Order: sequence, then structure tokens, then C-alpha cells
Amino acid sequence: MNIFDFLNNQLLKMEWLSNLVKFLVENVFGLSMADRLGGSLHFFIYDVIKIFILLSFLIFVISYVQSYFPPERTKKILGRFNGLPGNVLAALLGTVTPFCSCSSIPLFIGFTSAGLPLSVTFSFLISSPLVDLASIILLASVFNWKIAIAYVVVGLVLAVLGGTIIGKMEMEKYVEPFVYGNKPVGDVYEPEEMTKKERRDYALSQAFEIVKRVWRYVLIGVGIGALIHNWIPESIIAAVLGQDKWYSVLVATLVGVPMYADIFGTLPIAEALAAKGVGLGTVLAFMMGVTALSLPSLIMLEKVVKTKLLATFFGIVTLGIIIIGYFFNAVTGFFL
Amino acid sequence: MKIKILGSGCANCVTLAENTKKALAESGTEAEIEKVTDFAEIAKYGVMSTPGLVIDEKVVSYGKVLKPQDIVKIIEKNK
Repeated sequence: MNIFDFLNNQLLKMEWLSNLVKFLVENVFGLSMADRLGGSLHFFIYDVIKIFILLSFLIFVISYVQSYFPPERTKKILGRFNGLPGNVLAALLGTVTPFCSCSSIPLFIGFTSAGLPLSVTFSFLISSPLVDLASIILLASVFNWKIAIAYVVVGLVLAVLGGTIIGKMEMEKYVEPFVYGNKPVGDVYEPEEMTKKERRDYALSQAFEIVKRVWRYVLIGVGIGALIHNWIPESIIAAVLGQDKWYSVLVATLVGVPMYADIFGTLPIAEALAAKGVGLGTVLAFMMGVTALSLPSLIMLEKVVKTKLLATFFGIVTLGIIIIGYFFNAVTGFFL
Repeated sequence: MKIKILGSGCANCVTLAENTKKALAESGTEAEIEKVTDFAEIAKYGVMSTPGLVIDEKVVSYGKVLKPQDIVKIIEKNK
């Protein structure tokens, strides 16, 4: 086994942790891994610990990187590009720009009033929640690198295409007028460059904040994952989401879209579903549905864009997810 | 001193408001705190990530939930 595999197995998949928990379950609790209680207990403890370790570490590292990409900088960079390169760059920057869904509106207003075309702004808005550095690593941890990279590529393509289509539909008139008329009053605050220490503090506080915000979702997600893993019969899952069922992707997307949870919460569920034989595309469609579209940010977007544009945005992203789901189911053999 | 907290009401904005109250008490400053939740208003300040902190119509921070000690420093600078 080469060094990459070793690092992958120990750092990302945390085999050492799995073995430790297995020891705990078998020798301390006296349960067998083969039966339901033991198996699901192992899944729960191992996954919760693994996700929290990865979560804190990743958020720290990634926030540090993100401190170099505040929205103002993104806005300046994007202002220099036209057309497709603008969309691609917007999608890429959406991945690294820190972004909580409550900022989606000020960000949208900021970008649009600065003159960035609608298509570029939407490429950013689509890629931001969908693809982020932490989820890539977590996907690599739960599945493998091929899938993680494929997810990124596909997410970016969806962002670029979605934004471009919205741009082509010339829906500028569906943006609330006040957005375009927005001219900042007085001097606009220009944040000073952060020192290394400030970046470290920022990254640390982000790690704390985000763990505080999502720990419930993680526990719920792992709980559901454990249920799926050991308690729900494969036959039921196969009936609803089985690889051979043509509707599995649709079901996964329709269930995922109205849900709002952090991607860290969906990962254990995805993991458990995949273990039960659900298709790769179906699992990815579920994850994308949950993360790309969230009720809170849609409600807020409603305040700045008229319903028709909002519905178009929603429709394009949902359709894109469904297509991607079918695609991945069709080419699964290449990835797993 | 007139302080405005810019944000649509998510947990971060609430925390910033509380930390600001603590900071005011610590620094012994009298100030009026106003929560601005209307997006059109927030946008006028050019703020792109909430929560934002505005002192006497000047944006002094945004995108961060400042700790009380940091807010105290900012209040002192803007007295």
C-alpha cells in the first residue's frame, strides 16, 4: 500500500478510529458488530466522532483560505470579466468565498448594483452552497477522491450552465428595482488586509461558530444514517431508491430539495444509503438537493427578485440536479 | 453615539447585538442601538455579508460576529 493510500485511509477514512470504536463496541459493550445494535452503535459513534474531527479541522483550514477571498474582492475580480469566463470564475469563487445563506441577499445586491451581470451572480449563488472545500474532503472521506472531484466538476458545470441560461433568458427586469438603484451612501468600508494572526483568529472562531451551528444536524444525520445502515431493510430502500428504479433520482431530489440541512448532516445519510446499494447518482442527487436549494435562502431571494426569476432559478437547479443524478447512475462503474 | 446592527435576524446578528450591548457597558459609553433588517437599507451601506456594524453612519465591520472586546476597541476609536 503506498503512502497516499495510507494517509487516505488513516486521515480521511480514519480506519484507526473505526477499529477503536469496534473494540469499544465488542469488548466494552459486549456487542457483536454483526447484529443490529452493535453495528448501528459502531456506525453512530464512529461517524459522529469522525465528522466532528474533520469538520473542525476543515473549517479552520478552509476559513483561513477564505479570509483571502472576501466578497468585495470577488466582486472586484468578477467585474473584470465578461461572458463565459465570468461565469466560470464566479462558479469557482463561489467555492472559496465564505458565505452563509443569510448573506445571500446583501451579496446579491452588492454584486448586481456593482454592475455584475445576472448570469455571473447566479453562477456564484448556485456554486456557493453546492460546492465547498469542506464537502469535497468529506466526500473523499466517505466515498473516494474520484467521486469528490467528479462532484466538484459537475457542481461547477451546473453553476456555470445555470447562470448562463438565466443570463440568456434576459430576466434582468425581474430583479426588484431597488437593487439596481442602490448606490452606497458615503464611504464604502474597505476592510484592511488581515494579519496572519487575525486570519488564525478568524478561522478559529469560524470553526467554533459553525460547529455550534450544525452539531444538531450532524447528530440527526448520523442517527438517520445509523437507522438506514442497520435497521431499515434493504428491500424497502431498494424499492424506493434502488439502482434499477428509474424514479430513484427523482425521489431523491424531491425529498432533498425541500429539506434544509448542512452538508455535514447529509453525508452520513449518503454513506448509509450507498452501503445499502443506492446508486451513486441517486445519493449525489439527494445531497445536492439538500444543499443547493434551501428554503431560508429562497425566502430571502424572494425579496430581491420577482417570483418568475426565482422560480426559473429553482427550476433550472432542480432539473440540473436530476440530470446529474441520472448521469452518475449511468456511469457509476467508472467511479466505484 | 448611534449604533446600527445590520442583519436580517439570523443568529449571528442577534449575537452581534448582544456583544455590542456588553461592549457598551464595559466601555461605559452611552449609545442607541438600532437593528436594521430591511435589505434595501442594509444595501445602502454597501455591506455584502451580514452581520454589519455601523457607528454614527460609518460602517466599521461586517461579515464577522465581533467579540465584546473587539467592539470595545472599535467604540473607543470612534468616540
